[in-house]
Amino acid sequence: MSGEFWITQAFNGLSYGALLFLLASGLSLIFGVMRIVNMAHGSYFMLGGYVGLSVVWRTGSFAAALLAGALALALVGVGMERFFLRRLPGQTLGQALMTIGFALIFQDLALLIWGGDPYSIPVPATLQGVLTAGALRFPVYRIFIVVVAVVIGAALWLILDRTRVGAMLRAAVDDREMAQGVGIHVPRISFAVFALGAALAALGGVIGAGFLGVYPGADFEVLPYAFVVVIVGGLGSLPGAMVGSLLVGLLDNFGKALFPELSYFTLFAPMALILALKPTGLFGRA
Amino acid sequence: MGRLEVRMLAALVLGAGLAALQAPVVTEAQDGPIRLGMLAPLTGPFAQVGKDMVNGAELYLDEIGRVATGRTLELIVEDSEGNPSTALNKARKLVEQDKVHVLTGGLLANVGYALQPYIDGQKIPATYPVIAADDITQRKPAKWIVRTGWTTSQPMHPFAEWVIKHTKYRKVATIGMDYAFGYETVGGFQHVFEEQGGRIVQKIWTPLNTNDFAPFLAQIKRDADAVLALFVGRLAVQFMKQYEESGLKGRLPLLGGGTTTDESALPAMGDEAIGTLTALHYSEGLDTPQNRKFAKAFEARAGKIPSYYSEACYTGARWIVEAIKALQGRVEDRDTFLAALRRVSIKDAARGPMTIDAWGNPIQNIYIRRVDKVGGRLQNVVIATVPAVSQFGKYPPEEYLKLPLYTRDYPPCKHC
Repeated sequence: MSGEFWITQAFNGLSYGALLFLLASGLSLIFGVMRIVNMAHGSYFMLGGYVGLSVVWRTGSFAAALLAGALALALVGVGMERFFLRRLPGQTLGQALMTIGFALIFQDLALLIWGGDPYSIPVPATLQGVLTAGALRFPVYRIFIVVVAVVIGAALWLILDRTRVGAMLRAAVDDREMAQGVGIHVPRISFAVFALGAALAALGGVIGAGFLGVYPGADFEVLPYAFVVVIVGGLGSLPGAMVGSLLVGLLDNFGKALFPELSYFTLFAPMALILALKPTGLFGRA
Repeated sequence: MGRLEVRMLAALVLGAGLAALQAPVVTEAQDGPIRLGMLAPLTGPFAQVGKDMVNGAELYLDEIGRVATGRTLELIVEDSEGNPSTALNKARKLVEQDKVHVLTGGLLANVGYALQPYIDGQKIPATYPVIAADDITQRKPAKWIVRTGWTTSQPMHPFAEWVIKHTKYRKVATIGMDYAFGYETVGGFQHVFEEQGGRIVQKIWTPLNTNDFAPFLAQIKRDADAVLALFVGRLAVQFMKQYEESGLKGRLPLLGGGTTTDESALPAMGDEAIGTLTALHYSEGLDTPQNRKFAKAFEARAGKIPSYYSEACYTGARWIVEAIKALQGRVEDRDTFLAALRRVSIKDAARGPMTIDAWGNPIQNIYIRRVDKVGGRLQNVVIATVPAVSQFGKYPPEEYLKLPLYTRDYPPCKHC
């Protein structure tokens, strides 16, 4: 195992983790504020990719695809929250079931609208190519994913940590009733968080479509990864989602590179260990 | 009239009446519709391939006006969901409830294996137009199943020989999906390639749930001459893209099993696929009048170019109709129907001439294809035709069948 191997694999893991962060940060926030286990979160990722695909086909613009995917799915997320999930306050099982129902409906809709053939979003020329440093090669697109994740992570952190809205949101995560009691409009916060979470997942979907493609089944393929990230990092915690994504990205990558036959084991055994030692996840609070 | 006579008369009248009642029933059965039962995944991740299959079969039946030897042909399609237990239930429904005369379809090998005992148990004539798992027509042949498609390793034997003859690649690394279809593709290639002086220097198996290939691509031995890849559907699209992205494309030319650049995935690929060499018994780019006519009609009907799955079920439907014609439509006797299905030969199928071997697998052309841009879109351009290839390659069947089935570890990787 050369140094080249370790650096290349670490970089690959980092870039995959960055994509997972976009997906999982929204899931974590939604759970934190609303205690909803959103099984349709993977669908936002997939539908974002499909919407982005349609936009690229029509306009040829990758930036427009990112924007349209995020906006469209923010609307979908808000619609789900406003008209359906809000009617089942506190009913965790009912909500989870409802989100599964949505996920299945989204799956059929996508098949109906986009058909079942796999597609991939053409990446703009500036993001193609490879940066080389000696024998090391870093695909520009993967660097781009890392940069996007870092920018979004930093923005989220600033909002949560430094703004009034962020403080209200953190209060709602910590104790919903108390927050309501001191005059924070929690339903409005839920609404915003759902929009943001769905938009982030869709953004991940469009970006992911650039190297993973869009295809039926992508929704339920990424969902377990998102849950692992969120559960390991700690529900509702942004630093948790960051560290969790990085950890899962690296574990998945090195697991597959070193022991391909054990790829699930190398991902889930450390998860089990972390949860056994710290049941609330790395950054979660009881 | 004595009582005896009355009885006899009554018996006669009754007998005649019964005969009269029965007679139309008999003719009805032989003039009534011939029912074809078809299984294909129409929901779930494989739904599109399932639709391509059904479209292929429907296209052929429409072309002949859904009539053969004066009898109407009725196609009853059931959704297998790509799931063995669902497929089995649907097969039961088709055979026992709809009383189909012949069963066809199926996509995934696990569905094929799940149906095999049922088909043999029911003694229902069946054809597999797509399912390619080697042993269905080799070491564990099914009596009642005729394969009108191909065996997985069939194209790879002549492909390996072609690579030895026409390229300088002698050290090849392989990367493929970690299941039977991958093993049989890579195994078939390795078998012939190493016998003719080549070396497989590495075998990488990727889990079926992979979508980021980076960890595997980073391991590929850089001193190989070429890489042989076997993927299907979206995995093929992802692999192709990431192969280029990793910088390997420029260094190590890509060879592949036919599905790696099949037309079900090819339109989703970019220029990164250009130059990939693969082998299969079909290509949409095959330039024969029969194929041009089929491809054009399919595209008009489905709004997309045909994949090998589409051709498989188009020609698969034709295969069944040829057997019906040979029997002048008398398909009621299952033994003779099966025998007729095992005797079909087609000189001008869309994929080329086909005959069938004693194990129930077609002997057919294998095409060596190179991905190129033709008229602004990617195509599997046929650059060489290996005629009349059997599932046993150039080996005598009896000797070939003594060898083990190609698996994850067979043939062993001696040069890894």
